[in-house]
Amino acid sequence: MANPTLFQLATTTVGSGGVSSVTFSSIPATYTDLIIKASLRTDNASNLTGLITFNGSSSSFSFRQLEGNGASVASYNGTTNATNTENGTGTTASTFSSFEFYIPNYAGSNNKSFSVDSVTENNATTAYADLSANLWSNTAAITSIALAPGSTANFVQYSTFTLYGVRNY
Amino acid sequence: MAVQFTYVPIATQTIGSATSSVTFSSIPSTYQDLVLVSSVTNSSSGSNYSLSFRFNGDTGSNYSDTYLYGNGSSAASGRESGTFVNIGNTTSITGTFTPTITHIMNYANTTTYKTVMGRGNNSGAYVMGAVGLWRSTAAITSMVIAPEFSANNWNAGSTFTLYGIASA
Repeated sequence: MANPTLFQLATTTVGSGGVSSVTFSSIPATYTDLIIKASLRTDNASNLTGLITFNGSSSSFSFRQLEGNGASVASYNGTTNATNTENGTGTTASTFSSFEFYIPNYAGSNNKSFSVDSVTENNATTAYADLSANLWSNTAAITSIALAPGSTANFVQYSTFTLYGVRNY
Repeated sequence: MAVQFTYVPIATQTIGSATSSVTFSSIPSTYQDLVLVSSVTNSSSGSNYSLSFRFNGDTGSNYSDTYLYGNGSSAASGRESGTFVNIGNTTSITGTFTPTITHIMNYANTTTYKTVMGRGNNSGAYVMGAVGLWRSTAAITSMVIAPEFSANNWNAGSTFTLYGIASA
């Protein structure tokens, strides 16, 4: 029988009242890659851009992003820990954004390159599909990951976040 | 109910010293799809190269691809045809390996041409989505991946893992 390769390491479902961030800590170094899949929405009126931190650090990040909004496509870059666009309360009720973070070789000694793919939806009005190439210029093994909605907002109830480990052996 | 694993590592290659290409051969036909996860740098002097795929040793003009990319300030789309499929974009920056995830659908069937879909993540240059086509009905049993089959190499430390995705 083949060896299992995709392991669910932790999952969080946001309860009543929301949370200002979600953290996966004490991530073991025993996997090859990490994947986070999230279904999320914030309590901010406008759409926010999510934030990510590794090992408690929000510095030394950079990104390039490709974004389509249903009418046009654009590209952005930055030197922050920003990720992609999230559904806020101004979008269709009960509509959550879908996010996937892919972090290869997270426990290695090179800088950490990763990707973030996401979509929002808004019932045929302006919504966003984002592809991002991200970099954390730090050679430390990643042992914790925190996701925040940006600004002073919260992730709302029923948002879900699941961390997976991938083994290539 | 017996547990069935659907995401199975077929082979991993870690580059020990600079090499012009990586080959996966004797790929079994027992999966539905293939996924290649790569994290690489190329040996050029500051140039960005795609991961270029050839299948079953075919060097003919039987490949094409269409891509969408952003460079941080503008976005564009294009298409090309030639002797290999280009997916993603890789850097030459030492210590910053660019991840690319490539899906190869229904690779073992002998009826249809083979399509490839990938996401490239070169945070210093381009973020990309691409689709490619190999105009052959042969089952894919081997693939070669090179930095655009140029004179450049994959640098030491680059990794390539090929996974098989099993259907139920």
